[in-house]
Amino acid sequence: MIIRKEEKPIKLVDENGIRVDGRRVDEIRKLNIEVGVLKNADGSCYLELGRNRIIVAVYGPREVHPRHLSLPDRAILRCRYHMVPFSVLERKSPNPTRREIELSKVIREALEPAIFLENFPRTTIDIFIEVLQADGGTRTAGISAAAVALADAGIPMRDLVTAIAVGKADGHIILDLNDVEDKYGEADMPIAIMPNVGKITLLQADGVFTPEEFKTALNLANKGIKEVYTKQKEALRKRYLQIKEEVE
Amino acid sequence: MSKSEEIVPKLEKQKISALLSKGERLDGRKLYEYRPITIETDYIKKAEGSAIVKLGNTISIAGVKAEIGTPFSDTPNEGVLIVNTEFLPLASPTFEPGPPDENAIEIARIIDRGLRSSDALDRRRLAIIPGKRVWVIYVDVYVLNHDGNMIDASGIAVLSALLTTKIPVVKIVNDEIEISDEWVPLPMKDRPIPVTMAKIEDKILVDPNIREESVMDYRLTLTINEAENICAIQKGGGGGLSIDDLHQAIDIAIKASREIRKALPSIPDTQDIAYVVK
Amino acid sequence: MTVYFSQREMVVPGQLLARGMYRLGDNVYRVGQNIYAMKLGLAELKDNTISVIPLKECYMPNVGDLVIGLIIDIGITNWSVDIASPYTALLQVNDAFSKPIDPLREDLKKYFNVGDYIIAKVIAFDKTRDPLLSTKEPPCGKIEKGTVIEISPAKIPRLIGKRGSMISIIKRELDCQIVVGQNGRVWIFAKDPFYEEVAIKVIRKIEEEAHTTGLTDRVREIIRRLKG
Repeated sequence: MIIRKEEKPIKLVDENGIRVDGRRVDEIRKLNIEVGVLKNADGSCYLELGRNRIIVAVYGPREVHPRHLSLPDRAILRCRYHMVPFSVLERKSPNPTRREIELSKVIREALEPAIFLENFPRTTIDIFIEVLQADGGTRTAGISAAAVALADAGIPMRDLVTAIAVGKADGHIILDLNDVEDKYGEADMPIAIMPNVGKITLLQADGVFTPEEFKTALNLANKGIKEVYTKQKEALRKRYLQIKEEVE
Repeated sequence: MSKSEEIVPKLEKQKISALLSKGERLDGRKLYEYRPITIETDYIKKAEGSAIVKLGNTISIAGVKAEIGTPFSDTPNEGVLIVNTEFLPLASPTFEPGPPDENAIEIARIIDRGLRSSDALDRRRLAIIPGKRVWVIYVDVYVLNHDGNMIDASGIAVLSALLTTKIPVVKIVNDEIEISDEWVPLPMKDRPIPVTMAKIEDKILVDPNIREESVMDYRLTLTINEAENICAIQKGGGGGLSIDDLHQAIDIAIKASREIRKALPSIPDTQDIAYVVK
Repeated sequence: MTVYFSQREMVVPGQLLARGMYRLGDNVYRVGQNIYAMKLGLAELKDNTISVIPLKECYMPNVGDLVIGLIIDIGITNWSVDIASPYTALLQVNDAFSKPIDPLREDLKKYFNVGDYIIAKVIAFDKTRDPLLSTKEPPCGKIEKGTVIEISPAKIPRLIGKRGSMISIIKRELDCQIVVGQNGRVWIFAKDPFYEEVAIKVIRKIEEEAHTTGLTDRVREIIRRLKG
């Protein structure tokens, strides 16, 4: 018997266009990014988006074991998305679920186009995403954090990768869905983009969009992506300045 | 980077030896000194209790989830406690993803043993309808960065999380359970602190970091409770210990536990977790 | 031809640095007319070349590099050496000493054992196979005393200084021997153990402040302060 349940809200978006957590339809949640938080990892990032708490570690490039998994002309990219049992209201089993396995794959495929894998043949670059607390949009938050961790590790990239989810609730197109909106809304579309290169590397959707709604959703996503990208850059720059300040 | 963590350079072994003979350590600590400890509780709001502990550079996070379920058949009037841990590949270049290995399982069982022997969590007070409905308390603890002594870091995280966990009071109405919106602490009676020591050459030192762990003969964990009695022991690693070592270790562990105890949250006042509504 | 950054500005991967026919230095790439950063670091325009000095970098072996390796395994005719790189290096018996060794008669452990640090030169590396080392020429060989520390390989050029100026200052002021490995490992030995400690602290300070200016001038002052 579970002791805490979130009730389905009567309205997801009220007549003034205000959502359950007080946001307007085009607002993203409070976003905090910290770089270089884990000493052993080659690169790391801690990210808070609303009530999400995600930590990412990057190891690599490094040797692949067993050797037969390696490729002769490029690095392989491995990605593990995992949620700790206490990250959600109803305790989740520590074993990998089908959802975690699917997300590990799509996240890897979202980051792969950004990395110069051909620079490191016969090696692997490993990305580990741990969700410490989940509140909707963890795959896109995980991608944004992983891109920062890869940059922190000094891995050569074409671009950062920035991600956000858009969706539909009570007929409104909304930006950055939280857990309740994800569960009870009409549609959900996570997107990841390389912002300077301008290519989409993750695109999924469930629910129904009319072509018009879809266009609106894309525009809204762009707005959200710009805001997240600004925070990613800020966090990476702060890492450098941190060292500079200690010096001066 | 291809790093060979299992191989300790001879030069470093020599340095550790040379320093030890003067009662010093690589990181400047004294033999019986712990690294700086910080404890932050209530970190994860979706958990009923949580704590993140930094022991030097070793970081451990524990989360408590409480559910109402059926008791074990051999303890029908007691709540259930399940402690689980695994080594996240995040934490070290040597950890691979997969089910918990023997080292991870050992840590969970050491922590569990300390909690059980000391009766730290009063499981008798967690029975709602004896024989039928009890609280099931899950504690999951994960190391996020491994720089040695995962046992103590994880043990302190588990303890801090349990001491600050809140569960809702349960109303029993005509044999049916209703969850109220009054929240109370878990019934806790003790604070068992694991103190891990390592034997290197002829010296015993506390809180070995990762370099010291790779050259130690053996490790010894003594869990010390509030009354400064020993409530769990675990010797780990391949070497053998002498009776003298053991006597020394007991002294050292009791003294070392005092500093840690000051940093822990205090034992909350016990309140009723359920009541019958007539 | 336009440049979109100020000298030594902190840039992120994917950031547009310039447009036009500049030469490509380290850690940048071109698409058509546009030049982008590949890594997090300081962007620089020097002699018509655009490059990024990275904050972090892993060591990729170059033929001719002097490196400090750690023996991690012994085979029948070679040693496996960890050179703090994504690739494990090999030291073949024939490349170890000027006098030939018969691996069937002699125990390789006698020469280099697991856990030993060695100074070696990279004699072969292409991305299709593991790097090969040689310990024949001085200063190569087994390290018997002193301390080996690891710093980011990206900071090694700064530690050495222009024509070795930085490292000479440390060697002179602290009366110590230093061998700098291109792979980020540095060996220090001073007869006075206190000076050895100071040398280690100075090197770590240089690593922290590698991206600042006027470091060479400040180093003497730093050494004096730490000497006490």
